[in-house]
Amino acid sequence: MSSESAAQNPSLVWPEEEDHSEHLLLDPRPVEEMHGILLDAMQRTGRGFWILVSFLGSLVLIGLVGAWGFQIRWGMGVAGIRRPVFWGLYITNFVFWIGISHSGTFISAILRIFKAEFRRPITRASELMTTFSLLVAGMYPLIHLGRTWRFYWMVPYPNQRQLWPNFHSPLMWDMLAIFTYLIGSTLYLFLPLIPDLAMARDHTKGWRQKLYRIFSLGWRGTEAEWHHLKLAITIFAFAIVPVMFSVHTIVSWDFGMTMKVGWSSSIFGPYFVTGAIFSGVSAVITVLLLVRKSMKLDYFLRAEHFDSLGKLILVFSFAWTYFFFADYLTEWYGGEAVGQQLLTLQARGPVAPLWYLMLVCNIAIPWLTLWNRRVRRSTVGLFVVTLGVNVGMYIERYIIVTGFLTRNRLPFDWGVYNPTIVEVLISIGSLSAFILFYALASRIIPLVPVWEVREGQISHTLRRIGRAMVPSVADLD
Amino acid sequence: MSAATGEHDWTMIIDLDRCTGCQACVVACHAENNIATVGEEEVIRGHAMHWIHIERYWEGEYPHVRARFLPVLCQQCERAPCEPVCPVFATYHSVDEHLNIQVYNRCIGTRYCANNCPYIARVFNWFNPYVPEPLNEQLNPDVTVRSRGIMEKCTFCVQRIRRVEETAAAEDRPIHEGEVQPACAQSCPTQAILFGDRLDTESRVANLTGSRRAFRLLEELGTEPAVIYLKGGETYVE
Repeated sequence: MSSESAAQNPSLVWPEEEDHSEHLLLDPRPVEEMHGILLDAMQRTGRGFWILVSFLGSLVLIGLVGAWGFQIRWGMGVAGIRRPVFWGLYITNFVFWIGISHSGTFISAILRIFKAEFRRPITRASELMTTFSLLVAGMYPLIHLGRTWRFYWMVPYPNQRQLWPNFHSPLMWDMLAIFTYLIGSTLYLFLPLIPDLAMARDHTKGWRQKLYRIFSLGWRGTEAEWHHLKLAITIFAFAIVPVMFSVHTIVSWDFGMTMKVGWSSSIFGPYFVTGAIFSGVSAVITVLLLVRKSMKLDYFLRAEHFDSLGKLILVFSFAWTYFFFADYLTEWYGGEAVGQQLLTLQARGPVAPLWYLMLVCNIAIPWLTLWNRRVRRSTVGLFVVTLGVNVGMYIERYIIVTGFLTRNRLPFDWGVYNPTIVEVLISIGSLSAFILFYALASRIIPLVPVWEVREGQISHTLRRIGRAMVPSVADLD
Repeated sequence: MSAATGEHDWTMIIDLDRCTGCQACVVACHAENNIATVGEEEVIRGHAMHWIHIERYWEGEYPHVRARFLPVLCQQCERAPCEPVCPVFATYHSVDEHLNIQVYNRCIGTRYCANNCPYIARVFNWFNPYVPEPLNEQLNPDVTVRSRGIMEKCTFCVQRIRRVEETAAAEDRPIHEGEVQPACAQSCPTQAILFGDRLDTESRVANLTGSRRAFRLLEELGTEPAVIYLKGGETYVE
């Protein structure tokens, strides 16, 4: 038999021996079983889950109620910001979380438009990250405000002060872009969710059923409903992509539009967008690995998906490095005195250890590991690499926001910045809030779009051509 | 002499040859404008709130060192970088008076303006001001006391400008040369600081504006400051 010859010479494996069942789309199971896997995972709330929830909940209370309340009561002076570093950890966190929010839309909308099949089981989990990270990011401008209780003065509405906001200010562009993105991405999360909510409605009892009944909007799965849903998803997928690009571009313009040396750079728009997708997709991998482990979704989330995402990370690491290098080289050759000081600050100054750590996390580690298929398919390896990328990206924002503010044109205006415990507690609180939201939502929202997976499984078949089994894909449109 | 109403181009001349770095202007400014004093600890934490500060630069190698003093305050830029970035119009331009106005009531404390000021001349209220009895009695009634979370900066003592304008208008006469004196100019023992209306072509300010020694701070940025420095043989800052 052929297995004998294969044992003697591995290169002589007949194609029919190849195991296709490692591919989710070529490994279909009965639909009820797939529903069962998902619904079991959603309803499994053991003691560990509640311990995690209460632990995160207390961190949220300490950071976002305690520390933030303390800061509102006494003033911004309790934070480490000082002359001339008027923006600190809060703006760093803001940029970081906006960056994380680029994960969902990128994976879901762009990969959907380009029909990348590996997206199917992971779209929901990443879209959910977009919504929650935007909520966390949206808190930071409020935390950052000197008079938080007057935040609504930035909202354009006819008011007693007879004053519109200043639309020349990049902060106004920012607010509009973020609101648009939040609304758009939440709707984009909701639309593909409707069939899954209807599925959950049909398989659950009690409060869950009531909840799903409301939000599934009476979905029955008729041909017309599917047609409308597909159309709406397509429209949103195309519409949300430019919004995504605009959001982080405008965030970068908060810096790019100023007169600050180091900030005033025309490359900041694409540089920040690339960095955002880099860190966002890394965060998706980190979260998906945790979700797969804790919710036992090994059937849906497979090595092949992490393999493809790992390649994306490598590509975006290249892209980020390109922009980083272009920005750095321009500053270097420009030769302006303050610009040179910024380079010195990074290479030998107080932020140097962080700067080198950033280069290791964002360039060295991804480049040295992710070309390797075994690393891309290993849980621990990929977890460490993607977590590292987000450490590196956080440092990048930290240096750009707080580091660059310490060097100014007049040497008298140089300064230092060290975050205080208040800023650190608020940062930890917001991170905990994100994880908490996600953990709670993972027990309510079906984290895998079963209908999309099934759609893929129906369109993928194995066909026999001669002696070989060849996977074939039917294009749906 | 300049008309009581209408357009003024308020200008400050700072003669670096005369500045001794005595900081009298800093103290006078604090007293006139109800600026909070924050104490030693907060000053070390970078929370000092001087609207005008004396930048001291050392030059040369020991023992041949020389101190140079550069008083820096809000430059009242004609094209101010702080203005367009404010989302709530808390900082805006008075076209008639060529002043850079800060409206405390509108400020929500984004601190964007402070970051975009190349002179780092803006001051933030990190905490509520601490004014123990009986020091509250010496607060200037013409100037708002600012609460925490608000941006502020040198106003060219706009309350004094207003008072002189109103007095002159009531008496139906023009404003005399030197009638408007900001606290810093008034208190400067060497008269290094001069203040006046550049549109009054007879004034000393207008004459000195064209001086060979005149320069503006970070002039190359194109912010067009209304503060003009006179460089001296020794106190020359580029």
